[in-house]
Amino acid sequence: MNTSALIMMVTTEVIISAITFYYFWKVLKTPAKKEPDSYSENDEVKKS
Amino acid sequence: MAGNAVGLGNFLRFPVQAIQNGGGAFIIPYLVCFLLMGIPLLYVEWAMGRFGGKFGHHSTPFVLDAMDKRKFWKYIGVFGIFTNVAVAAYYCYLESWTLSWVWHSVARDFAGKTSDEVAGFFGNYISLTSYEPIIFWILCLLLNTWILSKGLSGGVEKAAKIGMPLLILFGAFLAYKAITLQAGEHNAVNPGTLGLSFLWTPQFNTIFEPKVWLAAAGQIFFTLSVGMGSIQCYASYVKSKDDIALNAMSAGWMNEFVEVVLGSAIIIPISVGYLGIDKVVEMTKSGGLGLGFKTLPYLFEQWGSVLAVVCGVFWFGLLFFAGITSSLAMGTPVMAFLEDEFGWKRNNAAWMFGFVVLILGLPTVLFFNYGVFDEYDYWAGTVSLVVFALVEIILFAWVFGMDKGWKEITEGADIKVPVIFRYIIKFVTPLILGWVFFASLPGIWDKIKNVDIDKQILAATDPAVIEQLQTQLLYVNISRIGLVAIWLGIAYLVFVAYKKRIKEGRFTS
Repeated sequence: MNTSALIMMVTTEVIISAITFYYFWKVLKTPAKKEPDSYSENDEVKKS
Repeated sequence: MAGNAVGLGNFLRFPVQAIQNGGGAFIIPYLVCFLLMGIPLLYVEWAMGRFGGKFGHHSTPFVLDAMDKRKFWKYIGVFGIFTNVAVAAYYCYLESWTLSWVWHSVARDFAGKTSDEVAGFFGNYISLTSYEPIIFWILCLLLNTWILSKGLSGGVEKAAKIGMPLLILFGAFLAYKAITLQAGEHNAVNPGTLGLSFLWTPQFNTIFEPKVWLAAAGQIFFTLSVGMGSIQCYASYVKSKDDIALNAMSAGWMNEFVEVVLGSAIIIPISVGYLGIDKVVEMTKSGGLGLGFKTLPYLFEQWGSVLAVVCGVFWFGLLFFAGITSSLAMGTPVMAFLEDEFGWKRNNAAWMFGFVVLILGLPTVLFFNYGVFDEYDYWAGTVSLVVFALVEIILFAWVFGMDKGWKEITEGADIKVPVIFRYIIKFVTPLILGWVFFASLPGIWDKIKNVDIDKQILAATDPAVIEQLQTQLLYVNISRIGLVAIWLGIAYLVFVAYKKRIKEGRFTS
């Protein structure tokens, strides 16, 4: 693999991976909003 | 939403677009398009969708209608329904290949074949030497329609929470095997890194070629589901107090990670490793989306019979899963339109969607070898997305206005949206998107005039080849008429819905 391709690939992939994991971490760290929210499919089913 | 965004485009379409557009010549425009068009348009479409949802609109004609008083916007919104129907028409066929390749992996139909024979197996398959492709396609279409009609898309999304990480993990394993592939090992003729060099070596001499930029923008929009109307539909159910900004960014970047980091490192290195650059470029000239089906089974066969079955089932099965989450998302805006505007029940709306996709998709199955599949992909999967994205960003930034638009993007946001995007959305994205579109117009015009096919006819000497090309010309023209007819049909339905709304005193702009 030539040097320019390697530099281009590594730089791009490191930046994209870093930003992806940053937003992934943000999603995990963000506290859930008060119910009812817009995502009813995530709600726990109430036991009768 | 990430389940919807991650689909067959990441693993099957991206490598083909990259190869067709010169590898290293494609990657720079592609990355620029992602940053300056894809990301801003994700913010814009999520904001538009949530804004339209406040008025009870869930499909683009009336989401756009709610944003300005002028009456014509609803007809621009027709693209948001048309694209879903037209892309689903060929996407379901692509999806059915994955299902079929699971079956063929189990049946050991690739065992003992050379790399050329495995590639030839796909050629025979799409040439309809048996009824099998049609059966798998119908099965796939029925499954999609049934899931939509029963309202089970949520269940599929829940299953995607397991399926998607598995796909990513298996993709990472395949990427590792592809990158470390050596010439002579497992019958490979080139090292896997040769394919990576082809993709990643920057080529600045063709960087301003409009055709490459159109393809790059089309791929970004296709992969992010931007310019399709499905994001607006999804966002229209989000409440004002809830976040859209982090949703947009997490889904968009996750999709990009899968495409650039994994999607680029599987099919291209493996295909080039086994077939060489020239042959791979030749193979993608027509029916390019089949590249992964022509090469990966051969690689799996080199790992022994047990692993060949396990990998074939796992890989193509997970791809099917990624595909179906996306095709279900294509049905949702169409059904939302029929339910909102004509009071149809979900069941009826789903079966109507399935029926239209069946009729529109049939030519892509029957006349695949005449370029109908590629024709749909060009007009619906590239040009239509770029046109709709261009018009909607002008509407959002300049007609609806950035003050209201920015408020809509940041309302309830769980992240601080960088303020630079306010200016990118207003100035940079419309300008660059406008340039891509207008600079591509001569190429689009040549496509309409069938310049390429005409050249091939002139150059051909074999009467059989000339006849084949003339038949191709006929089918290509008919397929375009079909696509235009569908667009006009949807526009007429929007007109009827508008009149119905006025009669009933329901809100329009």
